[in-house]
Amino acid sequence: MEKLKKKIGSFSFWNWVIASIIFRLILIYFPKNLNLSSRPEVSTPLTSFRRLAEGYWLKQSSMSSYAGSMYHGSPLLLSLLGPLTVKRIEGQPNHLLYSLVSVIADVVSAMLIRATGQNLRLAYLRSLESLDLVKQIDVSEFLFSGDIAALIYLCNPFTIVACVGLSTSPIENMAVILCLYGACSRLIPLAAFGWVIATHLSLYPAILIIPVIFLLGCGPDSPPRKLFLQRHQQKEVLNQSKLPPGFSWGPIIHFAFWAFLWSVYVLVLCGISLKQFGGLWEMFKSTYGFILTVEDLSPNIGVLWYFFAEVFEFFRNFFLIVFHVNILFMILPLAIRLRHRPCYLAFVYVAICSMLKSYPSVGDSALYLGLLGWFVNELADMQFSLFLFCGYVGVSLLSPVMHNLWIWRGTGNANFYFTTAMVYACLQIVLVVEGISAVLNHDRKLRILITGKPQDAKS
Amino acid sequence: MALLRRPLLLLLLIVTHQFLQFRIAFGSVNEEGQKQEEFYEELLLKPFPDRKLLTHFHFQSSAPPSTSNGHHHHLFPKAISQLVLKFQVKEMELSFTQGRWNYESWGGFDPIPSSNAKPPGVELWAVFDAPQHLIDALWKNLTHTLSGLFCASINFLESSTAYSAPEWSFPPASGKLRYGTLPREAVCTENLTPWLKLLPCRDKAGISMLLDRPSIYRGFYHSQRLHLISTGSGSEGMDPGIILEQTLTVVLQPDSQRASLAHASEKHIQPRWSLSSIFGKRISGRCVLAETSNVYFLLDRGLVAELEHIHKENVLISEKFWTNPSFELSAKPDRIFIEESRLLSKNASVLYKFEIEKYSESEPFDLGLFWKTPVVWLCQQAPLHASRFLMGSGNERGAIAISLKSTQSSEAFMGSNSNDERCELRVDVFQVVPWYVKVYFHSLQVFVDQQPKAVSDIIEKIHVSPSKDKVSPGVMELVLTLPCSVSSAVLTIEFDKGFLHIDEYPPDANQGFDIPSAIVSFPNFHARMVFLENDSLNKSPLLSKFQEKSPVMSYTEVLLVPLTTPDFSMPYNVITITCTVFALYFGSLLNALRRRVAEEERFLKDKAAKKMGRIPLLLTKLFAKLRGRHLEGPQAPPASSSFINSKSVLKVILIAGLAACWQYYFS
Repeated sequence: MEKLKKKIGSFSFWNWVIASIIFRLILIYFPKNLNLSSRPEVSTPLTSFRRLAEGYWLKQSSMSSYAGSMYHGSPLLLSLLGPLTVKRIEGQPNHLLYSLVSVIADVVSAMLIRATGQNLRLAYLRSLESLDLVKQIDVSEFLFSGDIAALIYLCNPFTIVACVGLSTSPIENMAVILCLYGACSRLIPLAAFGWVIATHLSLYPAILIIPVIFLLGCGPDSPPRKLFLQRHQQKEVLNQSKLPPGFSWGPIIHFAFWAFLWSVYVLVLCGISLKQFGGLWEMFKSTYGFILTVEDLSPNIGVLWYFFAEVFEFFRNFFLIVFHVNILFMILPLAIRLRHRPCYLAFVYVAICSMLKSYPSVGDSALYLGLLGWFVNELADMQFSLFLFCGYVGVSLLSPVMHNLWIWRGTGNANFYFTTAMVYACLQIVLVVEGISAVLNHDRKLRILITGKPQDAKS
Repeated sequence: MALLRRPLLLLLLIVTHQFLQFRIAFGSVNEEGQKQEEFYEELLLKPFPDRKLLTHFHFQSSAPPSTSNGHHHHLFPKAISQLVLKFQVKEMELSFTQGRWNYESWGGFDPIPSSNAKPPGVELWAVFDAPQHLIDALWKNLTHTLSGLFCASINFLESSTAYSAPEWSFPPASGKLRYGTLPREAVCTENLTPWLKLLPCRDKAGISMLLDRPSIYRGFYHSQRLHLISTGSGSEGMDPGIILEQTLTVVLQPDSQRASLAHASEKHIQPRWSLSSIFGKRISGRCVLAETSNVYFLLDRGLVAELEHIHKENVLISEKFWTNPSFELSAKPDRIFIEESRLLSKNASVLYKFEIEKYSESEPFDLGLFWKTPVVWLCQQAPLHASRFLMGSGNERGAIAISLKSTQSSEAFMGSNSNDERCELRVDVFQVVPWYVKVYFHSLQVFVDQQPKAVSDIIEKIHVSPSKDKVSPGVMELVLTLPCSVSSAVLTIEFDKGFLHIDEYPPDANQGFDIPSAIVSFPNFHARMVFLENDSLNKSPLLSKFQEKSPVMSYTEVLLVPLTTPDFSMPYNVITITCTVFALYFGSLLNALRRRVAEEERFLKDKAAKKMGRIPLLLTKLFAKLRGRHLEGPQAPPASSSFINSKSVLKVILIAGLAACWQYYFS
């Protein structure tokens, strides 16, 4: 982050954006996409480009795209992106059109991240102003978190690899970001659309409904509401206009209505495209069912594949429940503790999902690392950030090496690769836990600033 | 050409041809009318160019349709008739094969390779005469029955991942067909013995006496086949008629050590052999239950052409043909057949017939062949030689390639057909892949003469049923139309290797997994041999089998795909370590969420204390004490030492009490 700060000082934002786009275009022109599209880190059974092409081929030969267990994505994605898997321009790389769509999706995501980040920053400054902390915290030192987040998202090697590797995760990430952007800028239909599409594409973003409700109900991230009340009690004047608005149900009902409308719309579209082949039930079985039952045991950067390849058959269902419930269990405590920071809550949810989901890929990591950029100001005091950075670099270098040793050379075994997956999971855990602690500490610091010395708090 | 040289024969052909057709057409009617169970035994011997010898045993039993329910059979094996009745089998074929038929040197166009060359291991297919929804259940029961009957693990074909239902590329095209193979099944004498039990004379008399186990299993290739057709009952309450055909095809190398030692210069001469030298036994009379009991010796087209070329005359059908300048047969044939060749440019094969009836215990039958001059010839090949191989390295992905190479004989064959405007060669390909080989059908590529071609130009028809993980195998059926002038065609298709659960790996998982043979058939070419001058045709099932119009078929090699293995030795480690990581996640996250720094906690407690009355305060203090933590707060520090003392005293008393109770109750 320190490095980035300096860089942003010397270069302008747009230069970096253009540089990252050009870098992507150069990589696209490499033959066979540098074989990235078949890397286990990039293409999981859900996001693989080759499976998408296979699904499209099956659809074109008038079979259900879910016949066989190749394709597990959405039928809408197949209708939109499928034609791009076969369409070619003479003299150009095979999948140029599809790659361009990924690049555009990445750029759009980055722009949305930037807009949301600016929104968050303004809201944060406003709340500081209403707490009269502007003098105590040097606002000029405040980073433009939107720009930083957008650049992290665009220049992150994970994002670039996912984009050049022709996975569908840039599209899925865009849907998630669209949802958060809509909720932050109070464009309720857009938020509902993003949420419905993201859920439809990869199921896990369904839990983002909680941060979206908080965002719509109480507005974007701010220090705890209690602090405002305390502040105004201290001053003995209760200035209603300076208080952040309380929880309002209006936008949420509005959101629910739109979400319902969009999901009906999406389901109807899916139903039409699957009319001849088993209908919606077939789709749910081979998309959500496939995600939840972890049927495919091919290696990825997560830990579940090896676990379910080794676990005894009669424990399988039990562990499936345990691992999925692990995500659900954490929803409530996090929502209670971070309810005043819905965007941060969304980041934590995304990070947890990408860590515990059944088929994680680097595209998911790219998303939460990008969102992390929104909170550079709050996370300035985070511990272990150097350790985490080195860990990420180390794992992303070692993991392909171990995979090569195991799969291609046959000199290593599965444990080599699994170890890097374990380390990666641990790194993500440390990131999430330390991030949460840092934000909670930041709130504490604000309270201390408001209430004066900690001893005063007692009286 | 050959026929033109024999005007007499040509006349005979014209006269007998119509008659023959007539006899064939009415043959089946006669059988039904006779209502007699019949058994035929035949043996065909044929030399191969690579100094090997084909011995093909052919036994046929038939039971006519009958009205009596659960009747007693005279000759027909009861186990088979019960099986047909119970599982409503219309047609079935089971083969046990060891070794690979060498299409290049043993030929691929004759009726013998196209119906008797089978893929290694077990192959089973069956057509059922039952409603569509019952077929899978019938198949499962059938596999179990056959498994018991033949002492083989055919029951592994029961699982839906092991069998498939080809739509049209497998010859008896029918929606009620099920097809399955077990490429790794080891075939040995325990499978042969139950097979022999189905014969009325077992191996005690007749031609089957020759079946000496060590010499059979010493061969280069042996395939034991059981094919049955139920002819349908026709009316209600009638048991179906069944024709059971059992064949054993063995390719042996006659032991020519002595001959080559004696005449080192005559290395190129084909080895001399006799039945007694290859099987160590002789045929001492026929099986008395058999209608006919014949031994045939076949010289194929290439060999006949070569011999005629050497001697410039028709020695093979002249007087004293069994001792001609090229070779000498040790027994005098009873009859000689010459093939009716459809194409005048072709040579006809020659068949010598020996009737076993004439021989007895005192005068056993032994056929020997002694070559006098070296002969080199080629067996007739299928139009295209099919082979299959794997591409790519590593355990992540790969590609299957099926290559079709034009053979010498096909060129000659094409030559005659090339008058047509658009000469096309139709090839059917049927390929089953197990589910753990995840084939990307969109990656199918066709190369004709090393040039990539658009798939739609070459592939006329394609039917694919993609594999479902752990449920069903992938099936690919293709119809290719290739130009006749094609010299090579290659189909490639990419696949990803699947990762299996630890329990799904067989023992010795590192050996790899087998992809069953692909079947390549040429529906426009028929392996057929029609022999002239045989008025006793309907008496010989083997020869009538030769006359059937069956498409030329060949099987490709079985592929061995190595799959990645997990570490089999450490499921516990993986489970515990993964669970530890999850516990780390859960615990540390929850801890971070509920952690409060010291002053926050004090502040909260003070607030609580202010609010609460006296009794609740005492209660909280009590709870705190019970939890083993003294209450933090400004008033706590001075009392802490006494707390610790009293607590330890309490503990001591408690333990002493427990010990006393223990003593009291258990002493």
